[in-house]
Amino acid sequence: MTMSRPDDDEFIPLPGLTPAQKRERIARLVLPGLILGFAVLAWEIGVTVNEVPHYILPAPSLIAETLIKDWGTLYGSLLVTLQITFSALIVATLGGAGLAILFTQSKWVEISFFPFAVILQVTPVIAIAPLILIYVDTVQVALLICAWIVAFFPILSNTTLGLNSADHNLRNLFELYGATRWQTLLHLRLPAAMPYFLGGLKIAGGLSLIGAIVAEFAAGSAGSGSGLAYRILESGYRLNIPRMFAALFMISITGILIFMSFSLLNHVLLRRWHESAIKREN
Amino acid sequence: MSDTGLNPDMVSSGGASAAPPLSRIQGVDKVFSNGTVALKNLNLDIGRHEFLSLLGPSGCGKSTALRLLAGLGEPSRGEIRWEGGAPATGSATDKGHRDIGFVFQEPTLMPWATVFGNVYLPLKLSGVSKAESVIPVGEALEMVGLTGFEKAYPRELSGGMKMRVSIARALVTRPKLLLMDEPFAALDEITRFKLNNDLLELWRQQNWTVVFVTHSVFESVYLSNRIVVMAARPGRVYEELEVDAPYPRGEDFRTSADYASHCRRASDALHGAINA
Repeated sequence: MTMSRPDDDEFIPLPGLTPAQKRERIARLVLPGLILGFAVLAWEIGVTVNEVPHYILPAPSLIAETLIKDWGTLYGSLLVTLQITFSALIVATLGGAGLAILFTQSKWVEISFFPFAVILQVTPVIAIAPLILIYVDTVQVALLICAWIVAFFPILSNTTLGLNSADHNLRNLFELYGATRWQTLLHLRLPAAMPYFLGGLKIAGGLSLIGAIVAEFAAGSAGSGSGLAYRILESGYRLNIPRMFAALFMISITGILIFMSFSLLNHVLLRRWHESAIKREN
Repeated sequence: MSDTGLNPDMVSSGGASAAPPLSRIQGVDKVFSNGTVALKNLNLDIGRHEFLSLLGPSGCGKSTALRLLAGLGEPSRGEIRWEGGAPATGSATDKGHRDIGFVFQEPTLMPWATVFGNVYLPLKLSGVSKAESVIPVGEALEMVGLTGFEKAYPRELSGGMKMRVSIARALVTRPKLLLMDEPFAALDEITRFKLNNDLLELWRQQNWTVVFVTHSVFESVYLSNRIVVMAARPGRVYEELEVDAPYPRGEDFRTSADYASHCRRASDALHGAINA
């Protein structure tokens, strides 16, 4: 009843880590860490030896000290910024992906609405932020809108591209087997769009933080908010440069963590099948 | 026998049998929206249990004809008749039974799904639960010799194995008619020979009808009992050849004088079609 065993074919199991790959993985963590360590050390020594006043360039040790001393204030601000960042990201993800699905269901919807998405994207948020702050009653909502405007476009455009990039023969196959629109979306278009969507999410994660910070700057003291950007402005007025650096440091770390967590998500979801997760030697 | 006829408009005899054909393509034209005439007045009968090859140069419309048979796209003129009504469409299926299986030139697997998930697809689309599909999917994989590979992902498989998965997917609904669009064209010769043999064996056991599109004279002679040679611009039937060598065919047939003479006839017909 059967075809013979495919002995002419070879089965290529998922590769494990070779010693060389392990070494590379360790190097990836250790080498940038070493370079960073040296840079911080050089900064510390440079500032100490040249006796640079701390209101011009504080030493890393002073920044660390400020970070610990002002932790209460800074941590509160971080939470405020994070709240805006993540709410914006969630709304951008839902809105961007949802709109992309809508766009691919109807060409007319895409033709009608895509230009508006582009207009929102190309207008610098810093230029619209003051307007939004005037029109929207609560500052929190205004900040959220600003961050959302920046974050949603990469998700929208990437997901749209992904939904349209499903293999044509596979689409024919679905048609052949009488798949409904919904089945085609669920079992073909969405999985095919996943790598693109995740790529968009990686960009949007960073952008929503940037959007939140920029909007906080635009709100300025009028914002009465207490996000990290507000702390930077406030420290600037008071010439409290170490605290400015401390807040800046927290923003960078947050951005890095967001990027890393989405990279991890990307890896977990795609490692079994997508080309981007495959390393092959030549 | 009409294998020396040169009339491009002739109606085929539907193999040697007198039984009504499974499908009858009558005066079909296909014009694409860009104005390309892919098929012009195509007449072709597909006999029951026949292994029919469509042989021709690129652009002769053989893939288009196959797609029309599969219901992908509508003829611009003419009609395709089915003995006993049109084949079941997806919505009209009864527990995943479908009359047509289709194998593309590329394996066309979903990279995000396992071998099981890919073969399960036709059943899933017709609403069969996963639990009910374990047995039919297992049987289909057994037919192509891939038992034990259910959990593998396509990228872990070689080209030949991917094609086997693709064939298993076409077989899982137990179709009466198997349409294959140059399925082995991208494989190396050793793998292709092996899959040719395995396909012939399955065809003999299962008693399907196979329509096989190819541009290889040798493959078409080896596999089929009837070869329809097509000419391009516009796509049409140029000549039909019977290959009356008995089955089972194996390596003996591949090296026989009979095979060589059939190949010569088919090759001459193909050259004629190219220069037509």
